[in-house]
Amino acid sequence: MIKITDQAFDPWHELSAFQLNMRRDGEFGACANFIGTMRDFNEGAVVNGMVLEHYPGMTEKHLEKIVSEAKDKWDLLEALVIHRVGELLPNDPIVLVAVWSAHRKDAFEASRFIMEDLKSKAPFWKKEAVIDKSKGAEKNRWVEKNTSGY
Amino acid sequence: MSIKVLYFASLKEQFGCSEEQLNVGNLSTVGEVWQQVSAEQNVPQHVLFAVNQEYAQLDTLIKSGDEVAFFPPVTGG
Repeated sequence: MIKITDQAFDPWHELSAFQLNMRRDGEFGACANFIGTMRDFNEGAVVNGMVLEHYPGMTEKHLEKIVSEAKDKWDLLEALVIHRVGELLPNDPIVLVAVWSAHRKDAFEASRFIMEDLKSKAPFWKKEAVIDKSKGAEKNRWVEKNTSGY
Repeated sequence: MSIKVLYFASLKEQFGCSEEQLNVGNLSTVGEVWQQVSAEQNVPQHVLFAVNQEYAQLDTLIKSGDEVAFFPPVTGG
C-alpha cells in the first residue's frame, strides 16, 4: 500500500495496524522497516521547519513502480510506504517503508532497495526554514541533494 | 499542437508558474520543449524531466495533449 499524506502520522501505529489487517498470520517471518524523521539541523544550519512538495500523480505512480519492482526481485508478502508532504516540524516522521517476507534476506534487501530508489527518484522536494547565522533571521532554502545512502 | 508543461520546486519559482499550456511543433522532443520555455540550448544537468508522469529521455517525442514536467533533483525521504 502506498500512501501520501499531508497529515502527521505515527509510523508505529501504522505498522501495527497494517500488520494486523493484512491477515498474513503465520506466513511472515520477517518485517524490515525504515522510518525517516525530520532533523533540526542540516548542512551546518539550525532548521526550524520544512515544506515537502510532491508531483501529485507521478509520485504515487513512481512509488507503485518501485514496490512492484521490489516484489519482482524478492519474495515479499506485503509492502507499505507512507510519505508526508506539506508542512513539517522537527521530529515529525517523514517516511515509513516496511516489507514483510518469510525470511530476513528478502525483507532487509527489499526495504533498502525501496528506500534508496525513493530517495533518488521519487518526486519529492524539501524546502527548509533555516536560521541564517550571520543575521540570526529565518530564511527558506531548497535542499539541493540527498546524502548518499551507501 | 498543445501540451501542458509543469514545473516543480525551485524551477516553479524560477519560471514563476507551476503550469502552462504551450504550443509546440509536431515531432517536438523534450529537449526542444525545454529550449522553447527556457531559451536555453541544452537542458542543464541538474534538471530532471518526465512525460506523462514517467521519467523520459531528451529525445522522447511529445504528442498533442501530453504532460511534460521539469524539476530539480529529488530530495524526499
